[in-house]
Amino acid sequence: MNILNIKKEFPIFNNKVNNNDLVYLDSANSSQKPQSVIDRVNDFYSKEFSNIGRSVHYLAVAATNLYENTRLSVQKYINAKDKNEIVFTKGATEAINLVANTFGQKFLKEGDEILITELEHHSNYVPWHFLRKSKGIKVEFAEVNADGEVSIESIKKKITSKTKLIAITHLSNVTGAILPIKEITELAHSKNILVLVDGCQGAPHLKLDMQDLDCDFYAISCHKMYGPTGLGILYAKKKWLEELPPYQGGGGMIKEVKKDGISYGDLPNKYEAGTMATAQVIAFDQSIKFLEKIGINNIINHEHELMEYGKEILKKNNSVKLVGNPKKRGAVLSFTIEGIHPHDIATILDEDGVAIRAGHHCCQILHEKLGITATARASLGIYNTKEDFDKLNSSINKCKKIFNLK
Amino acid sequence: MNTKELYQEIILEHGKNPRNLRKTDNFNKDAKGHNPLCGDNVHVYIKLNEKKKVEDISFEGSGCAISMASASIMTSLVKGKEENEIKEIINDFLGMIKINPELKSKNLNDDEKTKLMCLSGVKQYPMRVKCATLSWHTLISAIDNKKEEINTEKFD
Repeated sequence: MNILNIKKEFPIFNNKVNNNDLVYLDSANSSQKPQSVIDRVNDFYSKEFSNIGRSVHYLAVAATNLYENTRLSVQKYINAKDKNEIVFTKGATEAINLVANTFGQKFLKEGDEILITELEHHSNYVPWHFLRKSKGIKVEFAEVNADGEVSIESIKKKITSKTKLIAITHLSNVTGAILPIKEITELAHSKNILVLVDGCQGAPHLKLDMQDLDCDFYAISCHKMYGPTGLGILYAKKKWLEELPPYQGGGGMIKEVKKDGISYGDLPNKYEAGTMATAQVIAFDQSIKFLEKIGINNIINHEHELMEYGKEILKKNNSVKLVGNPKKRGAVLSFTIEGIHPHDIATILDEDGVAIRAGHHCCQILHEKLGITATARASLGIYNTKEDFDKLNSSINKCKKIFNLK
Repeated sequence: MNTKELYQEIILEHGKNPRNLRKTDNFNKDAKGHNPLCGDNVHVYIKLNEKKKVEDISFEGSGCAISMASASIMTSLVKGKEENEIKEIINDFLGMIKINPELKSKNLNDDEKTKLMCLSGVKQYPMRVKCATLSWHTLISAIDNKKEEINTEKFD
């Protein structure tokens, strides 16, 4: 596998940022897009566009087939049992809101508990918080340890007879910790508790096998997987999608509409009301092809090797402190520099074309726990190289120089 | 403009050793400010005497070098000035940090203007303007006795 050849597939790297080559270390926020994905959006709108599922004309039939073809590709990529377990949404956020809303409506009552963790992104906390207000449910937090991990023991500690669902990240977007989802699912199911996995960071970087993980719900963000924005995926076991009520009402999700009653459409239409992000879904098929062409094992190995290199380099740089030290780390490396606020770091790095993210990364609960208001975060994609970490390190040294640090 | 010029010595110095970073005893006005994008917080306290003159001003909070330096310089400048003078200075500063090439305020002497102009580099970094203005918006809120917390997302 030649990373430089893979990198050439991403046209963004042909551009200069502040007169420098772009060092893109913000893929946990959103990944860059390969030419094939960009072209697919253009081609679809230029040559093949029609709305799907409504009309009988040639273009509508062809577009519908393309759209459904992506569903099949996703099913295969994540090893779901049935293609109707794949629901397209506007993002992972909507996928989690869909579950919180419909599961909450049908199965939760006052006093029931949802167990999340201190690692969660706001999008896997706020939707459950809504149920505190509307249903009187409780949200409990499994504790993060000093290494930035959540252990199966800390989850066990917070499970009670009232726990109905565990909503948990696959890979922390701040500490990079990879959580033992399969074990958590086994534990949860032995107590009749459902599991929702926030797979925003997991999906681009880990092997996805829904039948092996056995979770009930898995939320995916397509724009972090080299795909278009405005698109997410909810994987849900078929029995839940059949049993839960619809989320949004509108065209496309109905079977029959009368003045005195409405029946809802079959899966997957039941959860895809209105005109969907058609071009994005069709282009996302190219993202799956791109990932399959490289192979997930190659992706994992490349990113692991890179991460080990980056960790060593930053550890050697005095005044840099890594945030979290998980035994199993994904493509995320957060750090602080004693005496320089992360926003100042990000501004100075940007001048050298080094794009990182600074702030609380939508994880205020975690930052409060760690006793810091913000961190700087370097996150990887398949296009990153060791040279990117070298550039990051030399830009960090420039920060230290400007701030008169040693 | 480069970051070396943005982070002038005076900003670094005020950022590292902020003046008036404490809580005023017997303050009679205060307000909180928050930047939801980065999580930075500031709490400004002022003690006004009968003549509406600022006897003491202080702030608590944490943030980047630019926000800490801005709050530090701001509190040093307004001490001893009257409420209406301060409001005029704030308007002048906010105008400068966004578009105006210089400060026009009659309530600032040349030395004070020079100090404030050290923050002017921020206008080249649009994402960072809010870091520089947070404490100033919070001071207006304190003077006006507004109860609602200042939120940088509500400003242009």
